[in-house]
Parts: sequence; structure tokens; C-alpha cells
Amino acid sequence: MSIKLEDLVRGDLAPVFVNVGVRDFGESMRDAGYEVVFVDWSPPAGGDPRLAALLDDLL
Amino acid sequence: MLVAQRTASEPGIRDASAVMATDANRKALAAIGYGDAGRDQDFAAAGPNDLVLAIEGEAAAVDSVIARADSYFARGSGPVAGVDAAPEPRSIAQALAARPDCNVAVISVPGEHAAREARAALSAGLHVFIFSSNVSVEDERALKTAARERGLVVMGPDCGTAYLGGAGIGFANAVRRGPIGIVAASGTGMQEFASLVHRAGSGISSGIGTGSRDLTDAIGGLSTMAGLDALEADPSTKVIALVSKPAGIATTVALAKRLSRCAKPVIPCLLGAESGDADALRPVFSIDEAVCAALRAAGANEPGFLQFDEHRMRERAASEIERMHPRQRYVRGLFAGGTLCYQAQAIFRRSGLTVYSNSPLHGMRELPDPRVSQNSAFVDLGAETFVQGRPHPMIDATERRTRFGHEGSDPSVAVILLDFILGAIASTDPVGDLLDRIREIRDAARASGRHLCVAASVCGTDDDRQSLQRQVRALEDAGVLVFASSAQAAIFCREAALLLARRGQVA
Repeated sequence: MSIKLEDLVRGDLAPVFVNVGVRDFGESMRDAGYEVVFVDWSPPAGGDPRLAALLDDLL
Repeated sequence: MLVAQRTASEPGIRDASAVMATDANRKALAAIGYGDAGRDQDFAAAGPNDLVLAIEGEAAAVDSVIARADSYFARGSGPVAGVDAAPEPRSIAQALAARPDCNVAVISVPGEHAAREARAALSAGLHVFIFSSNVSVEDERALKTAARERGLVVMGPDCGTAYLGGAGIGFANAVRRGPIGIVAASGTGMQEFASLVHRAGSGISSGIGTGSRDLTDAIGGLSTMAGLDALEADPSTKVIALVSKPAGIATTVALAKRLSRCAKPVIPCLLGAESGDADALRPVFSIDEAVCAALRAAGANEPGFLQFDEHRMRERAASEIERMHPRQRYVRGLFAGGTLCYQAQAIFRRSGLTVYSNSPLHGMRELPDPRVSQNSAFVDLGAETFVQGRPHPMIDATERRTRFGHEGSDPSVAVILLDFILGAIASTDPVGDLLDRIREIRDAARASGRHLCVAASVCGTDDDRQSLQRQVRALEDAGVLVFASSAQAAIFCREAALLLARRGQVA
């Protein structure tokens, strides 16, 4: 069940972030007191986006 | 990236760059002699998840840097070696399995992979913030359509900043909460607006970033509409500012219709719009005007620092120009903030002045080579050419230091305009990163009989970790003319350009 943007804007619900990519983004939000889950991201399919898209279709 | 800056400051090193080993970057480096003509196997095998540190300098100095390479990467965060920690999830799905209450994904992977991650986030019911650029228009439209169907929002791609409730995302400044909501197409546009509102004593309820293309007809303002809906429904938001480049023709019509039925006042700030372009929206044309209009609509007073006397501005420009050599004729802007570059061009255009730019506004001239300025030119150093595989100039001043040297050594240059952006993720000392270079180049100009005027604005607040006051004082101590906003700095430069043009005609 998705959380409405209105709920985050109103501040009724604290955002809980998933950080995918540059760690600095997640760290700045964590330092500001927000909960952040860091994804240890690496390029899928050895960095080949076309192969990754094919895999997505198969799975 | 700090590692390049640290390395480049070593004695005997002429230049250093840290880039991800994408195909494009490896080809670019190979073209200038790196990789030992294909014989360096590590270089040939490096992939987009590897970092290349490219160093140019005296052989002994380069060897010394390579021997100590690890030390340049030392930093105070990240996992501590030897301490057991749960392994981090490898995907958004795994992250959700561990923390089902996640509700916003922040994506900053290389552009070609960003849409895939955003799709995964939307499928999992998350709102998405995409910092990555280089995402196709088709992918952007598909993502935003999918988001709308699920009641979600995609902020971006190419989104630098957002505020959700009290939470700043990305390059956000420390601003107090208050009655003014923002929907903005760009990060620096939102930062400048939010910082000026804070400095005026008011505050921000939330800020929804939309990405630079959202109001084009190809996208149709899908995220802008979602942002307006959310802010309209938010009881703490009393007025909404919309900061963007002008919308496409069809989107302008849809937007005008949406704004006409909005229960709250909306201030459209369409940078680069021409009179007649978007009359239906009744826009303002600069961020300063938008701040003043939003404050008025929220029942607050306009701040004194956004009022200025054009006549005094002209006198100030004239007193600078009096000290210059007759050959000094041009204004050069070196911007970290793309929107601030765009706004400066709009301010020049409204006075009939034309400049060159790598990111030209309609009616301006495109620089044939973004790395070489000509005549008066405004360069967006955050543009794709400069940041592909490299850190943004708000984080790393290496490119701007080099460029400042080129511009300041050009005997035809009269004024250099700079912006400094404070806030989260940005360099811990943006002014300090450039200050010794500014002093050095101005001293060299003076020694050769030229007075080089440097004008600047600082975007941020005293609550930012870099401290607005401290950054401004450091610039002023070095003789830089600091203005209260980016628009005011551009207006000063416009006055200088008009005087320089007149002087050229008389001579």
C-alpha cells in the first residue's frame, strides 16, 4: 500500500528513505535524523543496460 | 570528488581527475594518452563500477601520489573495517524486505541505469527522487505515467533538491518550516528560492522537485501537477511558488487551467519566459520577484535585502570600470547552478544584451566549444559536458578553478561572475575551494595593469554547515563584490556590460 505524497508533505508520516547510488545523499538525510536504508548498488548484468532489460523481461 | 582536489593540490601535480570508468570516460581518457595505448590491462578491464584516478604532473610526483593513493580516499564515514555489520541489501526489493516501511527512493546511479531502479521503486509503492540525469524522455514519461496511476510522484530525473515535510533531500539548504510551498524544475532554483525565503524570516512547507523537462509538452507537467495537488491539500501551505523554465504550449494551457482552480495563490516564476509567452499564467521573471510575491501573498513583509537602487548599482559598476584597462570588455559567468546561469541570461536579454553560453537561453548564442569562452559568456559548469563521470562543481571546484584561471588571464575580460551554493552534500567550504585562485589571478592581472572585477552571490543560510555569513565574509575580505542574491549579482553585471559596451563604442 503506497503512502500518499500529501501525507509526507503534511509531515504526518516521516519519510523513510532507500538510497540507491551515491552514499552522500543517504548520509546527509541520515545525519539530519531520518531513517535511511542503503542499497549496495552495482550495475546489473555487468553494466550492460540492454542485457539488464532482457533479464527484467525474463524474470 | 575530493580525491581529485586533494591529489591536484600535491606539489608537482598539474592536474588530476577522478572519473568512473564508463565506456565514454575510458575512450575520452584513451584519446588523451591514458591507458598506454591499450597495453594497461587494469585500465582496459575497468568498468562503470570502478574509479579511475587520472594524474598529470612530474614523474616523481605522480609516482609518489600513486604510492599513497589509498590515503586520498580516507574519509570519516562508511562501514568501519573489522566491525561486523549486517550486509547491505543489493536491491530495492531486498531493502523493502528488510524495512517494509520505506516510502521514498533516492536514486543517483548512472543515468543509463536510473530508469530501471525507478521502475523497481514505483512497483514497490515508493515515491521516487532521481538525481541522475541522462534518462531518456520516453523513460521519463513512462515512469511519471506509471507513478500517476499508482498515486505516486517521480521527482526528476535531474532533480537536485526537494523538501518533504521537514526533510531536505539532495542538495538542500537548512531552512525553517513555514507557509510557502515550492514546485521547482531545478535544484538550484529551489535552493535559491528557499534560502531567500528563510533569510527573509519566513519558511518552506515542502518543496517538490520535478526535473528540468517536466513542463515540456513531451512530459506534460505530470510531476508539477502532482506537486500542486499535494501542496494544495496541505493545510500548512498558504501559497505555492512554481519555479521553472517556460512550459510548452499545450502544457501552458493545461497549467493555466490547473492554476485557475487552485484554492491557494500560486506564483509562477518562469525563468527565460518572454512577455506574451505565458501571459495566461501571469508569471514573474526572476527568483527574487517570486520570493517577494510569495512573501506578500503569505502576509509577510518584503525583506530589505531584496530591494536595491538600480542607480547605485550602475554607479558601483562604473567605479569598477574606471579602474580597468581599455582592452577589458567582457563579462564571464562561471556557474555551479544551472538555473542561476539561465536566470542571468534572462536578465541580460531583457536589457537587449546577448551573451554566449553552453546552455543558451532562446536568443542567446551557443558557445562552439563549452570549454572556451568568447566575448561575454555564461558557462554552466554543471552541464552534462562537464559532469559526465565527474563530480558536480557544487561538490568539487577543480574545473572551476582551472576555468577561472583561463578567464581571469584573458586580457579582454573585465568582470567574472560566480555563484556559490551551500547546503547538504555541497563542498564543506565552497568559497575556500576557490579563494586562493581568485587572489592569485587578480594579483597577476594587477601586475599586468588590469583591474579584474569579481562579482558573486552565495546561495544558502546561516544554518547551513558552511554558514552563509562566513562564506560571504571570506569573499568580501578578498575584495570580491558580494550581492544578496544571484539575480542582483547578474543585474550588477548587466550594468557593467552596458557601460563596457558604451565605452567600447566611444573608444
